[in-house]
Amino acid sequence: MAYSDKVIDHYNNPRNVGQMDKSSDEVGTGLVGAPECGDVMRLQIRVNPETQVIEEAKFKTFGCGSAIASSSLATEWVKGKTVAEALEIKNTDIVKELALPPVKIHCSVLAEDAIRAAIGDWKKKNNVAETAEVAVAAH
Amino acid sequence: MSTVTHTTEVPAGVTLPIYMDNHSTSAMDPRVLEAMIPFFTEKFGNAASRNHSFGWEAEQAVETAREQIAKLVGATAKEIIFTSGATESNNLAIKGIAEMYKERGNHIITQVTEHKAVLDTCKRLEKHGYRVTYLPVKADGLIDIEDLRRAMDDKTILVSIMFANNEIGVIQPVEEIGKLCHEKGVIFHTDAVQAVGKVPVDVVAMNIDVLSLTAHKIYGPKGVGALYVRRRNPRVQISAQIDGGGHERGMRSGTLNVPSIVGLGKACEIARVEMATEAARLIGLRDRLRHKLESALDYVEINGSWEHHLPGNLNMSFVYVEGESLLMGINDVAVSSGSACTSATLEPSYVLKALGLGDDVAHSSIRFGLGRYNTEAEVDYVADKVIGIVLKLRELSPLYEMVKEGIDLSKIEWAAH
Repeated sequence: MAYSDKVIDHYNNPRNVGQMDKSSDEVGTGLVGAPECGDVMRLQIRVNPETQVIEEAKFKTFGCGSAIASSSLATEWVKGKTVAEALEIKNTDIVKELALPPVKIHCSVLAEDAIRAAIGDWKKKNNVAETAEVAVAAH
Repeated sequence: MSTVTHTTEVPAGVTLPIYMDNHSTSAMDPRVLEAMIPFFTEKFGNAASRNHSFGWEAEQAVETAREQIAKLVGATAKEIIFTSGATESNNLAIKGIAEMYKERGNHIITQVTEHKAVLDTCKRLEKHGYRVTYLPVKADGLIDIEDLRRAMDDKTILVSIMFANNEIGVIQPVEEIGKLCHEKGVIFHTDAVQAVGKVPVDVVAMNIDVLSLTAHKIYGPKGVGALYVRRRNPRVQISAQIDGGGHERGMRSGTLNVPSIVGLGKACEIARVEMATEAARLIGLRDRLRHKLESALDYVEINGSWEHHLPGNLNMSFVYVEGESLLMGINDVAVSSGSACTSATLEPSYVLKALGLGDDVAHSSIRFGLGRYNTEAEVDYVADKVIGIVLKLRELSPLYEMVKEGIDLSKIEWAAH
C-alpha cells in the first residue's frame, strides 16, 4: 500500500507520544478500539479548568500506520482548542488531511472517537454538562 | 518528539531492498533461465508436432523435463501432467477426481489451513452436491490423524491435505495420511507447492496418489506447474477440466508451454542435487534469525510446530505491535504479515486463527521466507532492523505499556468496532 507523505511523516515522527496522570481531574482519557480489531488508541487531554482550553494532549496507538498518523494528528489538532471546539473535529477532516484511502477510513473514525472519549472522561470527572450546553456556554 | 525511524547500518555486501518472501515467489535461478532461452527463439516447435524435427526437438525437451520432475518426487515420467501452475493443478486434481469417482461417493476431506486454491475448489463442489469435511488443526498447525480416520466413511473418495503450509511452514504427517488413505481405498491428493524441492518428497514411500507442484516457488518461471497422477497401485483417473486436443494423456489439453516446462525441469534438477546442502544452510539462517529476535525482544511467539517445519520459514508474532505498522518500518525488507490491514478482506490470517491464536496475535505476525539467495549478512541486517522498529513501536503501543504495568488486557472491556 502506498501511504501519503503526511502519513509517513506522522509515522516516522509521531507527535505528542506519551501518557499523563489519568487520575488527575484536569486529564481526560479516551481508550478506544480493541486488540482483536488490530487497533487501540489512547488519547489524553489536559484541560485548563478556567478556560476549558486543551493545553496538552498525548497519545499511544497500537495499529497500522494510518491509525498512528490519525491519532498523532488528532493530538496536534486538539491542542490549543477549547473542549467545545475540539468536539467539532470530524473524522472526514482527518481523512482529507492525511489523504487516507477508503480502507483506512475506520482509522480516522477511531481517532474522532478517541477525542470524544477523552473529552467525555474529562466532563464526567468535572461534572460538566452535556455537549450542547457546553457548546453554548463556550460561544 | 520521538521518532520511529530507526536507522540500521547497511553492512557491506547487502543490497537493499532485501527479498525475504520466498513463500510468495522466488527469483529465477540464472541456470534455469539459461536452459529456457533457446526454446523461445531457435527451438520454438510445438511438442505435439509429430512429423518434423521442430516438433521432435520440443517434445524431447518436454520429456527431459518430465523425467527431471519425476525424479525429484520419486515418480515416473509418464505420471507427470503439465499445467499453468499449482492453482490449476489443485483445481484439476480435486474437480477431476470428484467428477471421475462420483459414482463411488461424494465425500471429500480437506483441512482448514489449506490454500484458497483447495478450499475454494471444495466450496464450489459443495454447491454441486459434494460433502466436504474441513478437518481442524491443533495449536501447532498439524492435523490429528485420528480426526482424519474418524471423518472417513464409505462415501469418501478423496483426501486433500497440503504437504507444507505456505504461512507457518508446518509439514503435515503426509506419510501417515497416505498410509491411512491406502488402507481405506481413498485417493490422497497433496498440494506440495511449498515442500517440493525444499524437503524430501517421495510419492511411492508416502503413498501419495496425486500431487500439485509449481515452478516459481523453486526458482523457476511463473505460469507453469505440474500434477503428478499415479498410474498404478492404484491407477488414478482424472476427468479433464479443459477440453481440446487431448494433450497430456487427455487430462489437460492445450499446446505445451515448452520454454517454461524446460525451466520447471531444470529447477527440479537443481533442487534435487542441491536440496540437502541448501536446506542445511537455510535452517542455519532461519535459526540465527529466530535466535537474534528472541534474545532482543520480549513477547514474541513462534507460530506453528517447530519440529515439523520447512527449512526457510519463520512465522513470528511480535505481540502488542500491529503487523502492518511493522512492515511500514522495514520497508526495505520484503516480508509478509498476517495482519488484517495487509489483506484485501481486512480479516487477519485464517491460518493463524485456525491455530487458535487470538486476533491480536495474528495481527502482530510476520512471515519471513528465506531462500536460495539470502545471506547471513542479510539475516543480521533484517534482525537488527526488526528489533529496532519493534522497540520503537512498543514505545507507541498502549497495550505494551499496560501489560508492562501489570494490567490484564483480557479483563478490559474493549469496544469492538
